[in-house]
Amino acid sequence: MATDPKFPKLPHFLMALGVVCLLVGSYLGLFVAPPEHYMGEVQRIMYVHVPTAWNWMLAVLFAFGSAVAFLLTSNFKWDARVEAGLEVSSLLGFLLCCQGAIWAKPTWGVWWDWDPRLTSTAVLLCSSAGILALRRFIDDPAKRAVLSSVATVIAAVDLPIVYFSVRWWNSLHQMQSSPQTVSSSFHLPLRLNAFGILFLMSGFIALRARIAAQRLEGELAPPPQEMVGELA
Amino acid sequence: MIAALRKEFLLQWRTRTQAVAVFVFGATSLLLFSFAIGPNSAALRQHAAGFLWLGLLLSSTLTLSESFHSEMENRALEGLLLLPASPRVLYYGKALANTIQLMTLGVALVPVMVVLYDAGTTRIPTLFLIIILGSAGISAPGTLYSAMTSQARSKQTLLPLLLFPLIVPVLLASVKATSLAILGDPMGEGRSWMALLIAFNGIYWALCGLLFDRVVED
Repeated sequence: MATDPKFPKLPHFLMALGVVCLLVGSYLGLFVAPPEHYMGEVQRIMYVHVPTAWNWMLAVLFAFGSAVAFLLTSNFKWDARVEAGLEVSSLLGFLLCCQGAIWAKPTWGVWWDWDPRLTSTAVLLCSSAGILALRRFIDDPAKRAVLSSVATVIAAVDLPIVYFSVRWWNSLHQMQSSPQTVSSSFHLPLRLNAFGILFLMSGFIALRARIAAQRLEGELAPPPQEMVGELA
Repeated sequence: MIAALRKEFLLQWRTRTQAVAVFVFGATSLLLFSFAIGPNSAALRQHAAGFLWLGLLLSSTLTLSESFHSEMENRALEGLLLLPASPRVLYYGKALANTIQLMTLGVALVPVMVVLYDAGTTRIPTLFLIIILGSAGISAPGTLYSAMTSQARSKQTLLPLLLFPLIVPVLLASVKATSLAILGDPMGEGRSWMALLIAFNGIYWALCGLLFDRVVED
């Protein structure tokens, strides 16, 4: 159990570092980097949108890895990590959809479009929200851990299928942005923000997993001695 | 496996009033969908496939959420797990029974669709094949999720919440393939949607069978 973590202050340090990176990166992105040729000032939302997308995928991957690890080892520390990963990935996924809608309205003319990337993001967001709801409705911690891990694995396997099926449907979203596909003057703010969100997210996940682990410890602990006496 | 399937059919036969009720529910939802469009027969025909699959999907939550009802009563599931058979057999028996039930419902809803939306087709075997594949695609994860949610509180809410996002590919492929079967398929696209359905079924029938052991273990 993670009640006595090896580096108790590490998440706080990561979060502080993340905030600093985000502040500097956003300053550079908003005021220093040149506006994009076609989209103009609107494009500056890329400096948060693209890093959010990268880190959202990492958070989902983390939840999936933790779920597989729990199913293989039955160690409850992985269950706490599944919960933390799902919750943080839901938050990032929600932010991602909001930022995407803000960017899509002036550039595509619509808030939403049924394109593979958007649809699969929405599907995954609904799935992780569903799994989080499932967790609230099961009282037995052992049962809850197994069932939410199983659901996480199933949802993660579904994602590529959703993606490719909607891809056959139609496509509008631009190709992924990476340092190779954007102009070099955009690199620094993009990188700084990506690391900023990564640090912030890691701090969140670590703290959230610690809370989940402590709650689990309380649930799994045997009842106090005097209660056992009463029951007997 | 045969015994597990026989048990399911016996249970379904004894609760056949429920199957009739589910059919009436599906037919009613098909009737209601037409009000969303209005009396525009061209638009209704255009969207008939989508309505058919939505009706089937909504009805499936009724049958699936009841699917583990009798196992949970009197802790009958524990008794079944004590039998000298793998829990996997139990899963495949139930999933197959659910597929057949859903398929029957789908076939029964087709005439309703034809009458209400004027969406007739001459490609009957193709349509049946799509209904079989689509029902199997809904049932494989649906049965597993039904086993999971039957152990939780407010299972009626949780099952659709978990199942609907998961079967987006099945819904998409079934609707598209059915639509092509009704409206004509000059480019031969139907085959690739069927391939998607087959792939989805292959993955989920294997994966859910694998994971079912963990779901019902104590």
